[in-house]
Amino acid sequence: MADEAGVRAAASGRTPPAARRRAAALSWRRLARSPHLVVGAAILALVVGSAAFARALAPHSPVDQAFTEQLRPPSAAHPFGTDEFGRDVFSRVLYGARIALVVGILADGIAMALGIVLGTVAGYFGGWVEATAMRTVDVMLAFPYLLLAMIVVAILGPSLTNAMIAIGIVYTPQFARLVRGAVLAIREQEFVEAARALGAGPIRVLGRHVLPNILSPIIVVATLTVGFAIVETAGLSFLGLGASPPTPEWGSMLATGRSYMLTAPWIATFPGLAILVTVVAFNLMGDGLRDLLDPRLRGRGF
Amino acid sequence: MLGYIARRLVQLVPVLLGVSVLVFFGMHLLPGDVAQLLLGDKGTEADLQRLRHQLGLDRPVYVQYARFLAGAVHGDFGVSIRTRQPAIWEIGQALPVTVELSLAALLFAVAAGLAVGILAARHPRSALDAGAMVGVLIGVSMPVFWTGILLLLVFGGILGWLPLGSLLDEGMRFHRITGMSLVDGLLTGDWAVVRSSVRHLILPAVALGLTSMATIARMARSTMLEALGLDYVRTARAKGVPEPRVVSHHALRNALLPVVTLVGLQLGLLLSGAVLTETIFALPGLGRLAITSILARDYPVVQGVVLIAAAVFVLANLLVDVLYAYLDPRIRYG
Repeated sequence: MADEAGVRAAASGRTPPAARRRAAALSWRRLARSPHLVVGAAILALVVGSAAFARALAPHSPVDQAFTEQLRPPSAAHPFGTDEFGRDVFSRVLYGARIALVVGILADGIAMALGIVLGTVAGYFGGWVEATAMRTVDVMLAFPYLLLAMIVVAILGPSLTNAMIAIGIVYTPQFARLVRGAVLAIREQEFVEAARALGAGPIRVLGRHVLPNILSPIIVVATLTVGFAIVETAGLSFLGLGASPPTPEWGSMLATGRSYMLTAPWIATFPGLAILVTVVAFNLMGDGLRDLLDPRLRGRGF
Repeated sequence: MLGYIARRLVQLVPVLLGVSVLVFFGMHLLPGDVAQLLLGDKGTEADLQRLRHQLGLDRPVYVQYARFLAGAVHGDFGVSIRTRQPAIWEIGQALPVTVELSLAALLFAVAAGLAVGILAARHPRSALDAGAMVGVLIGVSMPVFWTGILLLLVFGGILGWLPLGSLLDEGMRFHRITGMSLVDGLLTGDWAVVRSSVRHLILPAVALGLTSMATIARMARSTMLEALGLDYVRTARAKGVPEPRVVSHHALRNALLPVVTLVGLQLGLLLSGAVLTETIFALPGLGRLAITSILARDYPVVQGVVLIAAAVFVLANLLVDVLYAYLDPRIRYG
């Protein structure tokens, strides 16, 4: 991770332009050789495209009800059929992509931000600060994930935003542990010591010298986690602790679809498929990034 | 070994204390007055005051926590607001259902995961391997609640091979010993109950175990691939050990260790997934109890469920570590 050039760049706090160009060229070549990353990015582009252009792509409104069109099977007018209120499932799935992506990425961002703060502070300062932070993390890890999220939602009140916050909190420990480990490994290295000797304060040392050098594993885990954050938030909505009707959210669509499973299976089938495709994209990208950024891990997984 | 287990058990105490603090004060932040919830709309102000006093709600919060903790140590979490039953009784009814479901899911995940992983590792870069790995990728990414719905639709609805959820056939009862219908059926020799529980258990167990199965298959493939390339395996082959025996007796034991660690990590996933699986298959387990109690703001049951679930979870993790030491003689926890 911290090769000589990287160390020098980190110590000076910026990357020389030539080196940056070289690094970019290198990674583009490597990128093309990583099929996981390419396929994952392509699928993700599809999902992001559906979300961004939902208004143009959707043949119907995602929330308008049409009582003459209830529970219609897939057809040319309604490619994914209609639900119990006559709403077009295809349009709802498209708009659902917006919610899923925003919620997944924000939840992941919350977890990453909290985890980085907890992990760097614990790893860098040590002592009682570390003990307090890490014991808190241990307590959080003693909960089965979804149960912890359910309690947080119960305290904050059921809503999509709170479900997102809850999932962010649930994923904080894994980032905190990862970051702490990486900080511990890098804290005693010479360039960090040099920065400190030059009079850099803890915030500068952490932000300018430590964090840039531990970014790769954080990026890999963050990418993999987005997918799971999407599933978990959908799970909370499925249980009635997240999005409320008529929001076109995949999890709550599945929850209503469940009641019509035998008479109108398309209501539950397509939102589930959408979740699957999105999560596959993030998982593939995460695997690809891991191979690319952290070659020591190559060959684990598949 | 015993010393190690004892030390680990002692370490659990502060963790569970932390959980209890979090849950107790979390529930305190819940909007709404507990006494009001219990009394409903009919109570007068005087009744309300009396009930608050009875419940100790007029005492300082640290006194309330101490009382909660003292009760919790004895398994007394208070009375359910929803059913007026002791919370611990409700949990006692639900816990065996979740344990049985999780164990069945784990059994499926380990058996099927190892089988797929080993098969793929024995024919690396074949069509079989590629197919298995695409399957694994999909399996890892399948949301458990969607898997459940699809399984119900296909095997319960369209094909009609298996029942559409619930614990046993309608009206069927079993003699409670452990509370796990399959185990109790076996213990009392009641084959009708055994048959019915197995039929009701298959779909939820597969739905719950699928993600773990895929993760285990992935790990088993890569460790097996590594093990099959090692010198001692070549030696075994060279002295004429038949291939199936090479796999089962020589490579597998070493390939199994990372899988055991993985199983430990899957436990959290299984307990989380149990909430969703129980909802879909209408199983009266701990997850179902948690979600109904949270939605009904039945805080004594929520507190109890969370503490018990956390205790089960950390104990199960401890069990995995012990199993790890047993499988790998090089690891001796001093």
